[in-house]
Amino acid sequence: MKKDLSHINSLENEAIFILREVAAQFDNPVLLFSGGKDSITLVRLAIKAFYPAKIPFPLMHIDTGHNFAETIEFRNHLSNKYGLKLIVKKVQDSIDEGKVVEEVGPYASRNMLQTVTLLDSINEYKFDACVGGARRDEEKSRAKERIFSVRDSFGQWDEKNQRPELFDMLNGKIKHGQNVRVFPISNWTELDVWSYIQKEKLDIPSIYYAHKRKVFYRDGMIWSAQDGIVYRNDDEEIIEEIVRFRTVGDMSCTAAVLSNASTISMVIDEIKTSTISERGARIDDKRSEAAMEKRKQQGYF
Amino acid sequence: MEVLKIATAGSVDDGKSTLIGRILFDTKSLTSDKLEAIKKTSKKKGYGYLDFSLATDGLVAEREQGITIDVAHIYFSTLKKSYIIADTPGHEEYTRNMVTGASTSQLSIILIDARKGIVSQTYRHFFINNLLRIKNVIVAINKMDLVDFSESVFNEIKSDFLRISNKRDFKEQKITFIPISALNGDNVVSKSDNMPWFDGCSLLNYLENVKEKDIFNKTNSRFPVQYVIRPRNQEFHDFRGYAGKVYGGNLSVGDDIVVLPSNKRTKIKGIYFFNEKYDTATRGSSVSITLNDQINVSRGDMIVKAGDLPRISNKINAVICWMDEKKLTIHSKYILQHGVNRVFGLVNEIYHKINPDYSGIDSNIISVEMNDIAKISFELNSPIFCDEFLNQRANGSFILIDELSNNTVGVGFIQ
Repeated sequence: MKKDLSHINSLENEAIFILREVAAQFDNPVLLFSGGKDSITLVRLAIKAFYPAKIPFPLMHIDTGHNFAETIEFRNHLSNKYGLKLIVKKVQDSIDEGKVVEEVGPYASRNMLQTVTLLDSINEYKFDACVGGARRDEEKSRAKERIFSVRDSFGQWDEKNQRPELFDMLNGKIKHGQNVRVFPISNWTELDVWSYIQKEKLDIPSIYYAHKRKVFYRDGMIWSAQDGIVYRNDDEEIIEEIVRFRTVGDMSCTAAVLSNASTISMVIDEIKTSTISERGARIDDKRSEAAMEKRKQQGYF
Repeated sequence: MEVLKIATAGSVDDGKSTLIGRILFDTKSLTSDKLEAIKKTSKKKGYGYLDFSLATDGLVAEREQGITIDVAHIYFSTLKKSYIIADTPGHEEYTRNMVTGASTSQLSIILIDARKGIVSQTYRHFFINNLLRIKNVIVAINKMDLVDFSESVFNEIKSDFLRISNKRDFKEQKITFIPISALNGDNVVSKSDNMPWFDGCSLLNYLENVKEKDIFNKTNSRFPVQYVIRPRNQEFHDFRGYAGKVYGGNLSVGDDIVVLPSNKRTKIKGIYFFNEKYDTATRGSSVSITLNDQINVSRGDMIVKAGDLPRISNKINAVICWMDEKKLTIHSKYILQHGVNRVFGLVNEIYHKINPDYSGIDSNIISVEMNDIAKISFELNSPIFCDEFLNQRANGSFILIDELSNNTVGVGFIQ
């Protein structure tokens, strides 16, 4: 039998090449795991890249305290199933230590706050490479990312002065205190990720599929009704809808979409015909046209 | 589904980003929320049209200045193909990004403003396409609406272009001319009624039907070892897998191989991809292989078929494209990364600068400046196992890294 290289296979081979470069070029890498479909894909690729050895670096999850319960449950299930080393850092601890202040008001989320927890954790563990599941097709400032993207000791992205990346040669040389953000699935689209999940028969958190949920409407978006986490005005009425989540961030910054897609092939059909972009239901991106670029400059993924 | 990787190049204001935005719009790849955002911003800026460049210029500075600074990767698909476009900046100071974008592309689109005709950047773009051996080049003559869709303007630019392109040393390259208006969509996705004199097809139609044959297909097998997989557990106690990507031709179980630089000979015992075993690994696959004999192999070593050796040398001649503000000078030392292997390289000689406008060479130089293309020789502290770039892209190219800044400062093509 031959290893053939169809589109999805060539993306897989490219990502495995990048993950092996991470293990070879860095002393202390980490895989940033959010519990979303992209980082689940990354974990699968990392398992394949180093098989039959274990993934030679740990996973780290920045727990905002606003995660969906299903995501946390899934995270624990996955790390147990494959014996992965998992580090969990909590945004609540950064709040308790007085490093960040909780946002207030109807749009309060912990999306900006988690950058501080992330950067502190990178410093604490002295990680020199952080592997993430960001993709170029997600958002226009992410379209400008390199595969190996250097961050200074403040976690900042100097987007106007990026290293050229030629052919498949990756330059991970950095100075002490710097780190590199690595994006092995840069060239994957949303549909590629779903096709891969289908092909590899990967488990994903149940909230990606249609389910009944208590929600309320604001600004034309469907918010999860979760008192104590998601702010809700008294006049914002809770109703039940059949929904699913197309991207999984925090409850306070990810809106649901109406959907009956209860299987993976239904999800794929839905994405193929959708006229709304993947991050169209991300409340955190709607803050301004440059919301993502600004967060990235500060050290966000 | 087939994937086509495209690089776009043009000078400032030639309308590259507009063209890409137009393709996305006309192929219905722009989702309604993104379109809504473009409408809103176009209106805010007081434009009477939709500014599609807003879809691709992802950085604040780009939108403020109305220019593209950095390579953006854009993804879209039709029923026939998936496309990846590397939208590269046209400013001279961002030429390094143009080389970057072109290095991973199979086809290139050069844009020319019909009002301005060929400008100095056009030469440079075309030269880089030649240097990188891009097989298909589309010359899109844009803004035809502003020259009354004139056939004679198109023909004049075309013959000007052919005058340069006849000087290229890569004669296998195919050049196709298409008159377009990216702003209005003429000849972009469908054929325009405004230019009945044009007998070719629309840009997208060309892309859909172009057959991308890889001219580097028939070359030798090269397997640079990236990483050694040693599980050290009970089940795989003695497993030593050499992980890497296959370049050139295939590798098969039972092949007689040589490990460089040790020159030890053995056979391929197994080819693995995750938990599956294969008889053959094809070009581009990231596999791990085991060998019949216990040989010491580490990262940077290269496994090749016996009787099919690359050049093994600590002296190389190369054409380089310099990408750093700090000049390259004679006797300066750089880290030379060839694939996954790193050595030190000392600049032995600077032979000449090659003028990218095809006006010849300039031998009277003592340093190489940002955006210069020059022929150099290097002396290496240990030999590399390489091929000529013309025969094999992957094993014939390298990057140069500055030891102090750690930046990638140049790219080289081995001669």
